[in-house]
Amino acid sequence: MNPANYVLLSALLFSIGAIGVLVRRNAIIVFMSVELMLNAANLAFVAFARMNGNLDGQVVAFFVMVVAAAEVVVGLAIIVTIFRTRRSASIDEPNLLKY
Amino acid sequence: MTEIIPAEGIFGLLWVLIALPAAGAVILLFGGRRTNSWGPYLGVLTVVGSAVLGVLMLLAMMDQPAEERTVIQNVYDWVFVGSFQASFALQLDQLSMVFVLLITIVGALIHIYSLGYMSHDPDRRKFFGYLNLFVAAMLILVLANNYLLLYVGWEGVGLASYLLIGFWQQKPTAAAAAKKAFIINRVGDVGLSLAIMLIFVTFGSITFQDVFGQASEASEGTLTAIGLLLLLAAAGKSAQFPLQAWLLDAMEGPTPVSALIHAATMVTAGVYLIARSNAIYDAAAWAATAVVVVGLITIFMGAIIGSAKDDIKKSLAGSTMSQIGYMVFAAGLGPIGYVFAIFHLLTHGVFKAGLFLGAGSVMHGMNDNVNMRRYGALKGVMVITFITFMAGYLAIIGIPPFSGFWSKDEIIHAAFERNWVIGAAAILAAGITGFYMTRMIAMTFFGKKRWEDDAHPHESPAVMTIPLIILAIGSTFLGMALLFWGNIEEWLEPVVGYESVPTPLPTFFYIVVTLVVVIIGAIIGWVMYARKDVPVEAPRGNALTRAARQDLYGDAVNDLLVVEPTYRTAQALTTFDTKAVDGFVNWTATFVGDLARRLRRSQSGFARSYALSMVGGALIVALALILVRL
Repeated sequence: MNPANYVLLSALLFSIGAIGVLVRRNAIIVFMSVELMLNAANLAFVAFARMNGNLDGQVVAFFVMVVAAAEVVVGLAIIVTIFRTRRSASIDEPNLLKY
Repeated sequence: MTEIIPAEGIFGLLWVLIALPAAGAVILLFGGRRTNSWGPYLGVLTVVGSAVLGVLMLLAMMDQPAEERTVIQNVYDWVFVGSFQASFALQLDQLSMVFVLLITIVGALIHIYSLGYMSHDPDRRKFFGYLNLFVAAMLILVLANNYLLLYVGWEGVGLASYLLIGFWQQKPTAAAAAKKAFIINRVGDVGLSLAIMLIFVTFGSITFQDVFGQASEASEGTLTAIGLLLLLAAAGKSAQFPLQAWLLDAMEGPTPVSALIHAATMVTAGVYLIARSNAIYDAAAWAATAVVVVGLITIFMGAIIGSAKDDIKKSLAGSTMSQIGYMVFAAGLGPIGYVFAIFHLLTHGVFKAGLFLGAGSVMHGMNDNVNMRRYGALKGVMVITFITFMAGYLAIIGIPPFSGFWSKDEIIHAAFERNWVIGAAAILAAGITGFYMTRMIAMTFFGKKRWEDDAHPHESPAVMTIPLIILAIGSTFLGMALLFWGNIEEWLEPVVGYESVPTPLPTFFYIVVTLVVVIIGAIIGWVMYARKDVPVEAPRGNALTRAARQDLYGDAVNDLLVVEPTYRTAQALTTFDTKAVDGFVNWTATFVGDLARRLRRSQSGFARSYALSMVGGALIVALALILVRL
């Protein structure tokens, strides 16, 4: 199978994730979209590793997974805290930090 | 070249001469109110102490042979930078010796007089502090053995002069006069500092013996430049044309100050500077000619101003200008004149101090009124003041045997040795001196009473009249004493040089002509102001009188040539600054501020709009990369 297809799939997943971040209001969905973008990136890394015939991309993919795990911990903690104080998971409501 | 011997014996105390009044100034000025009661007496004592020390040094110096009279004392090493070396070193020779005596003895008499004159002034402690500061600075000036130390004294006397002219600073006129004196003196000081730089560059040293020893080796152009710069300095300090305008206003200060600083000592510092730098002027004929011209112009300007002023102190100030003009004139004549410039400086210092103190005594009795049109017939009321003033009067117009006769006659004679035109001018000016001084005594002591209703003239207390009497004795005998007993030419010859050139006519002839001209001037003054009644209001007068009342438009010329252009330039620069420079800076600030006010709207607080801008940014970067790759 042509590895370029994996790259295309990765781009597609990334775009879905990005649009999800931009258009959805629920913080959990936005968060999942972010994860989708990260995994799209992982897929691209692995595909490129395969195309180049070395392991560099695979190694980076592992790093991304670690960072994503850490990010999930912090992000979910924030979302839970916001939900507790505001009884809502909308990301448009906490908008006090502005001009 | 005279031998230089290190300071030993009494001369080891050379520094004490300066330290005494300096210590007095420090104690009085920093001691505060605690010294109010005894401070003035301390101020007098320090100067009297210096005077006694000065006389002892004179006696010691007279025991030495003429070529061993230059004593140098190195107090401490002051500035040592590379090849530039300046010590705080004092040099006492025949020239400084006579100055030390003039400053300390006349200074001491004026300090004593001030005890009476300033007895009612609440700030008299400060007054004596400033006077002591002046004496210390003036002694540094005349005792310095290099130009840089001389400059220290030069600035010090300028400071003291400023502080004392503005002593009654609550009067706006006094404050303005002090500033004027200070600023005009700055012009001269620039000349001196440039001269010192040029001297160092040319000779590699600034001590007197080094500079004068090599003076003949420098090029004439350089020496002329140095000479002209020194002349500028002398003109500033000695109120010579064209920097003469400050002296008349300086009379706003207390009268003892006018006597000590603006008649007897400080204003003669310019003459000292020229006489001290004689080696430079001897090798720069053009500079010496400039000195003669400046002196001659000032002789006439001062005499004409003195003839028109109704204010007794300003009239005396005009006379001071004129007499210092004589000294500068004589100093410009070269070796035939230096000795007589200093000779006239000494006699003038004594008789003019006497005249000023006499004027102060008159003012003291007339409620500080200075208008001579309001005096008249005071000879019966103030007998001692009248007699001492007459001694000064006869001395200044040059009637034998009073002291001014000897010194002025020698200057006129020296002028004829050089050129009969300048000699004749000097005689004419002597005639004007006779006129204005006769006018002064006629308006003050003779004629009818023109007193104001609340004036009750009375003789001053003994503390004021005794200095007057001593100065009157000096005015009478000092000339003869210096000439016949002190041999002033021989005394000063090792320092300033002396030569005599035969004149076409016998000396006796010049003496008679001078006397005749002076007596004619005096008779004119007597007829105009003593035989006729003096109106209380000044008449309009002719054009020359009106010009002279305006100080011969000295202020107008300064305003036109210096003040007004400076003011206008400053105004233009201010406009440029506020409009152009500030305008640009303010416009930039407004622009950035406006931009920021618009841009901050993008900080909406919505996380998704931030995300959108990130995505947009990432897209732009990606597109750019792709475009570049293609």
